[in-house]
Amino acid sequence: MRNFQITDETSPQLAVACRGLIRDFGDGETQTRVLHGIDLDVRAGEITLLVGPSGCGKTTLISIICGLLEPTAGDIEIFGVNRTSLTGRQLVEFRGRNIGFVFQQYNLIPSLTAAENAAVPLIIAGLPRREAIRRAEQSLAKFGLSQRIHALPSQLSGGQQQRVAIARALVHEPRLLVCDEPTAALDAHSGQTVMELLREVALESNRAVLIVTHDNRVFDFGHRIVHMADGQIEKIEERQILSPASTGPSLVAAH
Amino acid sequence: MNWIAWKMLTGDRAKYLGIVFGVAFGSLLIAHQTSIFVSLMRRTGSQILDVVDAEIWVMDQHTQSIDELWPLQDSDVLNVRGTPGVEWAVRFYKGMVTAKRSDGLYRQAILLGLDDSTLTGAPRTILRGSLADLRQPDAVIIDEAGYEYLFPGEPVELGRTLEMNDHRAVIVGICEASPPFQTFPILYTRYSQATHFAPPQRNIMPFVLAKPELGVDAQEACRRIKARTGLLALTTQQFFWKTIDYYLSSTGIPINFGITVALGFIVGTAIAGQTFYLFTIENLKQFGNLKAMGVTNSRLVGMILLQASIVGVLGFGIGIGGAAAFFEATRDVTHLAGFMMPWQIVALTGAAVTLIVALSSLLSMRKVLVLEPAAVFR
Ligand SMILES: Nc1ncnc2c1ncn2[C@@H]1O[C@H](COP(=O)(O)OP(=O)(O)OP(=O)(O)O)[C@@H](O)[C@H]1O
Ligand SMILES: [Mg+2]
Repeated sequence: MRNFQITDETSPQLAVACRGLIRDFGDGETQTRVLHGIDLDVRAGEITLLVGPSGCGKTTLISIICGLLEPTAGDIEIFGVNRTSLTGRQLVEFRGRNIGFVFQQYNLIPSLTAAENAAVPLIIAGLPRREAIRRAEQSLAKFGLSQRIHALPSQLSGGQQQRVAIARALVHEPRLLVCDEPTAALDAHSGQTVMELLREVALESNRAVLIVTHDNRVFDFGHRIVHMADGQIEKIEERQILSPASTGPSLVAAH
Repeated sequence: MNWIAWKMLTGDRAKYLGIVFGVAFGSLLIAHQTSIFVSLMRRTGSQILDVVDAEIWVMDQHTQSIDELWPLQDSDVLNVRGTPGVEWAVRFYKGMVTAKRSDGLYRQAILLGLDDSTLTGAPRTILRGSLADLRQPDAVIIDEAGYEYLFPGEPVELGRTLEMNDHRAVIVGICEASPPFQTFPILYTRYSQATHFAPPQRNIMPFVLAKPELGVDAQEACRRIKARTGLLALTTQQFFWKTIDYYLSSTGIPINFGITVALGFIVGTAIAGQTFYLFTIENLKQFGNLKAMGVTNSRLVGMILLQASIVGVLGFGIGIGGAAAFFEATRDVTHLAGFMMPWQIVALTGAAVTLIVALSSLLSMRKVLVLEPAAVFR
């Protein structure tokens, strides 16, 4: 497997490059084209927002990027690795190592504590359980949850659960973080907190962040906003974002 | 990963117990119902298996079961005896009689008449009195359960009299006997005595018991007897199964009861399978997430199989334990005597539970393995 090398410190690196992605569902009479030739770059060190009306193909697109779904046609490179060159097992392992996931409904395992949940990617990677949980606790501390490491998901608020989910997504230091509607189930305040955390912590170490969202309150957090409609990219907005350190007071400490 | 699978399974105590209980209940139902059925069917052949000293039963070729009595000729016993390869052959009477107590109460009973000189077919375990006492005039030995049926609640004492066919009979011993299909008392007596106790009939001998010579296969001896006498000769096991076959195919009771048992089996497996299937389906999302997070399909399969085996082993253990406890507890209940759970049924139940849990996990696994990515992001 080729390794992604940072060759140029000044310009953003390509984390994901999609070229001519096509995806059809169904066959024969019922066949419908959901993605009509998508060209998309996701850059390291940036937050890329993917927005668009319901049913336009956002989930389909990120599923393909993550290797959960095969494209009907087209190419994807993730950190310089051609996704189609990976066999099933390699793909799963590649995903486990390089991609972190945050879901709309948090999707924590109800019978595991916050720390145990956050440790799951490390356990999957083969780390001994104790060591994994210890590292997960450190990670939770970064998200202002050091007091809640032994709590079960049911004992946490939605915002706290989503923070645990983000800690879980990042605990094994993936190079790409993919979030599907991370704030949709949260109130405005918790959503704000989650987005600030994403900006502050997720972008560390030149990570690429790809967020699917309907929530226009979070648009301000995107370096690039990719507008999708009917399986095509309509336009891409480039935004000037101040560096994380200088964007107002952090809300992390307050929670 | 095993730890995560274990936590997923046991995290919700109530749900976990529910699944284990579902499998346990299924196992109990299967084991209990089939055991009762098999024990009951076995009872139809009790009197055949109780005869251990002979290996061959000779009877009229129309005979379908031990409860169907076609009288043989007295000369038949000599013909069987004269067949090459037969070491010995003796008469054996079986019939139904009405046994009347001295106070006028009476009950139907099974009367077994043993060859006067050899007492072939005698009960193996005499609890009170002795087998030799059977040689006394009018002597009968009664089985323990039969005594309870005839004299309920009364202390067991020898020397009590009964009347059969206007003949006095004296109880000289109490023995053990396998309970018959219909729970009649069993009376053992000498063959010559049986002719007096039995209702008047010209020929009364329904069976000849025989033993092949050393080195002669019982089936071969049966063939020779058949060729020589034109009678039906069966080994003990053959006759036992013929009797069971007869009850299975010619009477409605076993079929209908069999349907109940089959339902018990189906309901049992359905419950066991269903609970586990639902459990995995409920956790589909978790499995989907794990898959997204880099767990390979083979490890997912391993996790589900681990959960299935925990649930299966615990549930099966509890269920079989429950069934065993039932049969153990009812061991000494007279009318339930002989009801037991053979190891074959334990094995069958185990196989059924393994199969159904494996099947339901495979079915649910299919959904995990071909998981729609959209399901992960929902
Ligand atoms: N497995 C499938 N089979 C058939 N059609 C599908 C399948 N998955 C998605 N689709 C269709 O593809 C289109 C795009 O779906 P997708 O889930 O990518 O939309 P989305 O942009 O994520 O919508 P939302 O904002 O509601 O989540 C929809 O019309 C959907 O019905
Ligand atoms: Mg979607």
